[in-house]
Amino acid sequence: MISATLLGQSVLSGFFAGCLYALLGLGLTLTWRYLKVINLAHFAFVLIAAYLTFQLVGKNGLNPLLVAVILIPVFFLAGVAQQALIEHYKVNEFASIILTFGFAMIAEAGLQWIWSADYQKLEAHYMRGSLQVAGLFLPISDIVMSLVAISLCVMVWAAMRYTWLGKALRASLDNPGIAAAFGVPNRKLSYLVAGASGASTAIGGIFVALLSTLAPSQIFSWLGVVFAAALLGGLGSPIGILAAGILLGVSEHVTMAITAPSWAPVVPFTLLMVILLLWPERI
Amino acid sequence: MSDREISKSGVTRRGALAGGIATAAAASLPAAIPALAQGTGPIRIGSTLALTGPLAQTGILHKIVGDIFIDQANKSGGLLGRKVEWVLLDDQSKPDVTRTLYERLLTVDKVDLLIGPYATGSILSAMGVAQRYNKILVHHTFGIPSLAKYDMHIPAWPIGFNPEKTVTNRVMDMLGNKVKTVAVVTSKFPSVHFLTVGARPVFKERGIQEVLFLEFEFGAKDFGPIAARVKDANPDLLFMGAIGLEGNQLLEALEKLNWTPRNHFYTYPTPGPLALSPMGKDALSFTAYEDLPPLNKAPGAAEFGKLFTDAAKAANNPYPFVETQTAASYSAWQILFHAAKETNSLDDRKMADFLKKNGAPTIIGKVRFDGPNNYGEDMMRIKQVQNQKWVIVYPDEFKTPGSQLIIK
Repeated sequence: MISATLLGQSVLSGFFAGCLYALLGLGLTLTWRYLKVINLAHFAFVLIAAYLTFQLVGKNGLNPLLVAVILIPVFFLAGVAQQALIEHYKVNEFASIILTFGFAMIAEAGLQWIWSADYQKLEAHYMRGSLQVAGLFLPISDIVMSLVAISLCVMVWAAMRYTWLGKALRASLDNPGIAAAFGVPNRKLSYLVAGASGASTAIGGIFVALLSTLAPSQIFSWLGVVFAAALLGGLGSPIGILAAGILLGVSEHVTMAITAPSWAPVVPFTLLMVILLLWPERI
Repeated sequence: MSDREISKSGVTRRGALAGGIATAAAASLPAAIPALAQGTGPIRIGSTLALTGPLAQTGILHKIVGDIFIDQANKSGGLLGRKVEWVLLDDQSKPDVTRTLYERLLTVDKVDLLIGPYATGSILSAMGVAQRYNKILVHHTFGIPSLAKYDMHIPAWPIGFNPEKTVTNRVMDMLGNKVKTVAVVTSKFPSVHFLTVGARPVFKERGIQEVLFLEFEFGAKDFGPIAARVKDANPDLLFMGAIGLEGNQLLEALEKLNWTPRNHFYTYPTPGPLALSPMGKDALSFTAYEDLPPLNKAPGAAEFGKLFTDAAKAANNPYPFVETQTAASYSAWQILFHAAKETNSLDDRKMADFLKKNGAPTIIGKVRFDGPNNYGEDMMRIKQVQNQKWVIVYPDEFKTPGSQLIIK
């Protein structure tokens, strides 16, 4: 019989995992929906940012906040550059998978060349320890990451919902020609979305470095579950990916708590299949 | 008649003398002829390694070792009087790619000898190819001895035929009767799973209560719920079938729950991160070799240790010390060269028969291949993390000076 503490702890750790899925998938779902780019390089960007954080914080002793100030604009520009390339060569949605997969492979080789194939761990004193509430442990690092993930998702949702920018993006998606006639700068908007997506990979990478051990071969570790979260949440929906991420994370973790943990990877895809069968217009 | 005068046979006296010496030398060295008959160019030894993909962390260590060994060999005259070339291909950590590349090594690159890839799945693939072409296959760290049925495979890693029993019994002999309960948590990575699941009957036979058994997929990224269940079970011993970083990942998840295992054992941890992690304190594992006395007093071990450390540091490897993987890798090369030198031949059958009959000296010790499936005795030793370094704590004759087993 599973104890209440074990169940509670599993729900909590699933919640934190779900927030990480949302953080890693936020940019992906936006570019997929609004730019028609299925960006597998997104995960490479995350890992590059994680390695740079490892280098700057772990080796050069910089504060992670300062690293964020450096990396976010750099990765914004990297996202814009990638989008410029995609637009220049008129890469369509499906070809973008191949192109960005190629980029991810090159990135993996580059990471291995610079930092070796061996595991690297950022041993820093930042955000260590846990809070204890009602017999449950809340790791400080996970709390901070989750707050950032939730804040980002809510901010992006609010921007899309209540600002001219969001309306312009939706108009551009529905009919770029008519949107342009009403003064919507389609190209600039696409660069903005791509840049924001790139910036989100920097934030995700910083947390990946702080929370996990790094190896170049981990580029696609989160691919399956993040894709599932993006599809379940509805493409382009910041709140959707947050809710779907948390649903998947909690489902995985509760599965691990009550049955063999080896069943956990089956959960996201089973949920995805069931929901797509019952609700095919979700995509 | 002076020396320079032509004899009746048309040969000078000096020429006749040189010819005589050459004839005598040829007659007195018949054993050299077979080797020369097989070619005069470099001896080409082929293999693949996991230079990319999920096993690259360890594959690259094997490459460093191979480069060092070939360099040392060529500096000291090569093999059978010929230079040695290593034809190395990247199998991307995939057993199916490994099989294709070993076919290529034999049919396209036409190598003279083979040496094994890394890890168990790829070695098994290479073994199938070696069997089809009747080639000897000396390999590094194969983890499931019962699957290695080819009669010319030579395992350099002396894990014994039943490691799931012998290693587990050694660990439990060492821990004594302080351990009453065990939590068994294992990755489904084949060689890890084999060893860990095989340990369960040993615990049962010894009257140790198994309070938890969990399996997880290789590549799992989240250990929170597993950690919660381990903490809930509160075992005297956490026995984890782990490869790579899985041990670290579970420990990090346990740290978030403010819980530390009393005694903890890991099958195949990546040595650096576990030793260096604060949570890795007192962690146990098994090893054939560490660059520590008395083991590193073996002939050639000190020189290899220094060369490896220099090369691994240059390659940015975070744990630049010889341990079980790299020692087995070096031993594999030693075994292959030993067989060729002792038989004065590159004949695969002769080399395999010689090794099965005589064994071979290596930096790990004398390794034998005369038991079931060519496995000799289990030569594994138990190591423990103390002061962020691995030290050998059992058995006593291999104990690192100054170390003392810590049991809680």
